[in-house]
Amino acid sequence: MIENFFEYEFLRNTFYTGIIIGIIAPLLGAFIVVRRLSLIADALSHVTLAGIAFGLLLEKKTGALVLTPFYSGLSFSVIGSLFIEKLRRVYTAYQELAIPIILSGGVGLSVIFISIANGFNTDLYNYLFGSVSAVSRQDFISILVIAIIVCLVILLFYKELFLLSFDEEHATVTGIHAKRIHFIFILLTALVIAASIRIVGVLLVSALMTLPVAASIRIAKGFKQTIFYAIIFSEIAVVLGIISGYYLEIPPGGTIVLLLILNLVLIISIKKLIHQFTNRKHRRQDEVI
Amino acid sequence: MSNTIVKMDNVSFHYSNRQALSNVNFRIERGDFVGLVGPNGGGKTTLIKLLLGLEKATSGHIYLFNQPIHKFKQKNKIGYVSQKANTFNSGFPATVEEVVAMGLTAKLGYFRYLNKALKKRIRTAIEQVGMSGYLHENIGDLSGGQQQRIFIARALVSQPELLILDEPTVGVDAENVEKFFDLLHELNTQQNITLLLVTHDIGTMTHHASKVACLNRTLHFHGNPNSFQSLTKEQLSDFYGHPLNLVTHEH
Repeated sequence: MIENFFEYEFLRNTFYTGIIIGIIAPLLGAFIVVRRLSLIADALSHVTLAGIAFGLLLEKKTGALVLTPFYSGLSFSVIGSLFIEKLRRVYTAYQELAIPIILSGGVGLSVIFISIANGFNTDLYNYLFGSVSAVSRQDFISILVIAIIVCLVILLFYKELFLLSFDEEHATVTGIHAKRIHFIFILLTALVIAASIRIVGVLLVSALMTLPVAASIRIAKGFKQTIFYAIIFSEIAVVLGIISGYYLEIPPGGTIVLLLILNLVLIISIKKLIHQFTNRKHRRQDEVI
Repeated sequence: MSNTIVKMDNVSFHYSNRQALSNVNFRIERGDFVGLVGPNGGGKTTLIKLLLGLEKATSGHIYLFNQPIHKFKQKNKIGYVSQKANTFNSGFPATVEEVVAMGLTAKLGYFRYLNKALKKRIRTAIEQVGMSGYLHENIGDLSGGQQQRIFIARALVSQPELLILDEPTVGVDAENVEKFFDLLHELNTQQNITLLLVTHDIGTMTHHASKVACLNRTLHFHGNPNSFQSLTKEQLSDFYGHPLNLVTHEH
């Protein structure tokens, strides 16, 4: 059943891309969740949509590939992340305000670009919900490079990022340059979102970053374990999502997200059952005593 | 080489609209256990922020370990346990070991990692605060008093010479507050760590501290706790600016 994925190059690209974003999305997502920035991913993905729409518009008007939608999306995402940082500094007491501002800005721009182009065909649908056939060899290599950068930077700044996420005040007291580290972090987020959109789509990319972490946080001991479980959950969902997406001809984004929610529900229920069971056992032991 | 660890000469500090500290002269000698008390808004937290370099004095001079504060770079000589330590995100998935390891982040600097010796030091710090059995527990699963101990271990792991604690016993029940002070006493006498403790709890503090400082914009009293206890209720109320119920703990 899986052999087609090794026979056709475009499927192979999709498959490997899926494996890569299955690692980097929850890796960064773990930091995003504990810093309570889950919605920033959403805001940035909508800005990325504007970038993609811009790229598609250029393609349609000029008839040439000046800037592929992937790169225009990536650039918008990075610029959006800089704006979010700027806004968060302007509204220090209302930091979450940056999110609706950037999100609506992204949607607004997308609508304008789409109407100027008189609409696009199925391309846009692929970007919204993800696709198994949208990954070219060039895109795959770009995503691979992004993944290597993301992993390297997190490895290099792990302890600073971790301290900053746990306790920003303490980080500053101990002499860590909080602003710089945060800036690097938001830039990484923009990169990961742009990379993940090919497979899961604009509307669901934040789910791939946060849902595996939401599940793993329930059972993990410590932060490293949280990251580890989150990557396992997301890999299972991504692989199953891509395979079923291909055979059932549905966008993989939807299946991936539903699998992740199913996983989350399962983990919460199993944990509850175990909790009840041990409670009952304790009670019975108490009765015996 | 003098043994003065902290020296503040005529230090004043203004926030944009009000004066928080005015002409404060303050010293901490090596081995002291200084209790800093005073009413809310009296400038206790501001004084700590100045010492930690989070704010700059409007006028006056501050010396840390005999160096002017702007030249002082050995931040690991000062450990800090903040008031916020007990309002952190309790759902944060970090083990006790991971939390204490954070105390080494600054000491290590960028692009350097824990080695075996440092990992051992983390375990020693956790042992020092009596929490060895909880190494791999999530910090959020511990009680308030236990969490506070872990935050002390995090400050201890970089082997500071001065430990600053800002209201560390808020939200810790009475029995554990006593244990907590015992731990501080042990750190002070056996490990020779100089302590600066900010607290509301005048009673417990006067039993443990070797010096007491009262701060209400200016420093009203700075000396040993016995003479502090002999201050009359009227004098204390005067200093606080309102009548005061002094809670003393009898042992």
